[in-house]
Amino acid sequence: MNVRITMATAGRVLTQLRHDHRTVALLLLVPCLLLALLSWVFDGQPAVFDRIGPLLLAIFPLVVMFIVTSVAMLRERTSGTLERLLAMPLNKLDLLLGYALAFGAVAVVQSSLAGAVSLWLLGLDIAGSAGWLLVTAVLSALLGTALGLLASAFAQTEFQAVQFMPAFVLPQLLLCGLFVPRGAMQSVLSAVSNVLPLSYAVDAMAEVAASTGLTAAAGRDFLVLGAFIVGALVLGAATLRRRTA
Amino acid sequence: MASTPAIVIDQLTVHRGGTLVLDAVTCQVAAGSITGLLGPSGSGKSTLIRSIVGVQKVTSGRIDVLGRPAGSRPLRSLIGYVTQAPSVYADLSVRENLRYFAAVVGAAPSDVDGVIRDVGLGGKAGALVGRLSGGQRTRVSLAAALLGAPRVLVLDEPTVGLDPVLRRDLWQMFNGLADTGTTLLVSSHVMDEADRCSELLLLRDGAVLAADSPAAIRARTGTDDLEAAFLALIDAQEVAAR
Ligand SMILES: Nc1ncnc2c1ncn2[C@@H]1O[C@H](COP(=O)(O)OP(=O)(O)OP(=O)(O)O)[C@@H](O)[C@H]1O
Ligand SMILES: [Mg+2]
Repeated sequence: MNVRITMATAGRVLTQLRHDHRTVALLLLVPCLLLALLSWVFDGQPAVFDRIGPLLLAIFPLVVMFIVTSVAMLRERTSGTLERLLAMPLNKLDLLLGYALAFGAVAVVQSSLAGAVSLWLLGLDIAGSAGWLLVTAVLSALLGTALGLLASAFAQTEFQAVQFMPAFVLPQLLLCGLFVPRGAMQSVLSAVSNVLPLSYAVDAMAEVAASTGLTAAAGRDFLVLGAFIVGALVLGAATLRRRTA
Repeated sequence: MASTPAIVIDQLTVHRGGTLVLDAVTCQVAAGSITGLLGPSGSGKSTLIRSIVGVQKVTSGRIDVLGRPAGSRPLRSLIGYVTQAPSVYADLSVRENLRYFAAVVGAAPSDVDGVIRDVGLGGKAGALVGRLSGGQRTRVSLAAALLGAPRVLVLDEPTVGLDPVLRRDLWQMFNGLADTGTTLLVSSHVMDEADRCSELLLLRDGAVLAADSPAAIRARTGTDDLEAAFLALIDAQEVAAR
């Protein structure tokens, strides 16, 4: 691990984003607009918005960061810059952590904005604190980044990379407890949902939204999320081959 | 060869996509030389270069660079590598690209402006690489390999698409680097570049056809023209194979 290279990579990824105004606008505004749409849909049922709104604050960052990082990493591969970097004195983990840091920073801004809009403009009413909401959303974004980096190792083209979103993320979305509480699913399904990372992001978000302060249950979910993030990054580094055919 | 070789390749065999691409290649690159790696399209030049920088899966054989196995960790800060297609970030400016690569190789940030000037892009330092011409992009990619003054430079067709004046300037720079002890391996399929090299490595169908100085190859084939010499060597090989 090399802090200089990790930080330089994070800075480089953020600079690339800075040149791409439209992507930045989409990253920051789409979650806000979707939450506004949701609150409008549930105009007559504020209790439903209060339950689902926070969950979406956990789901958006994961989905968005998954897509963005898997495509960014694939571009790195197809443009030859990955080959160049791997021929340079760079640890594979430096590269992945650089990406995680950069998109983690984007997630802080994205989730702060979406959270602020929900709480103070859309009237989202939760018992928990905005701070823990933000922590959960950023962890969820980091998870999406780590999973996206890992998934990109299995994609040869942009088309494949984009298809990984429905393949990897939609099943998790169905099973994460957004539509049906995880305990109320058939036992096979709830067992599957127990090993899917998004379930823990959603559980954590439901928990921090419902309680003041950090509960033991939320703490445990954070630990599981952290383990998934570290695991995906390490696995991502292991699947990134310096020598290719 | 008088000087100790910077690169030693022994019985290197590489398969790509199930086909034999390099067939027991054995050759050396002298330290401080400019060695031209020449051969027709598909002859395995890029594959050999990828093997030397340690990004190619090899079937068998051995490559040592500066006395260390190719691809080993300490070598990664001693070799500069230019891929055949320019490998730089299109959505960053020239200077932003080079600042990043400088940080990765541990070169001083002040080196950046120097290499930008070396490749003649002084006026374009702030321009987005995606808005540069093909030849300009090639030069950004070359500049990135120059960062950190590597002891070995492995360049895969670095002068493709460049005009004669620029090519002359770059070869002048290559000569300057070789004079200070840098070893250069430069692939090309343009024969008129062969004359600028001190040594030549002719590759055909994944095997070494000849490895010698341009003068010696001329003498051996009895022709003044290197292109004709190359064709003569191919004919001789085909006659021998019959
Ligand atoms: N990624 C790959 N997968 C499978 N085969 C490959 C791959 N890349 C190259 N090859 C094959 O390996 C052989 C040598 O290719 P290589 O790129 O080394 O040639 P080259 O001499 O650099 O050609 P050029 O002058 O056109 O760049 C070719 O027959 C090519 O079809
Ligand atoms: Mg080639």
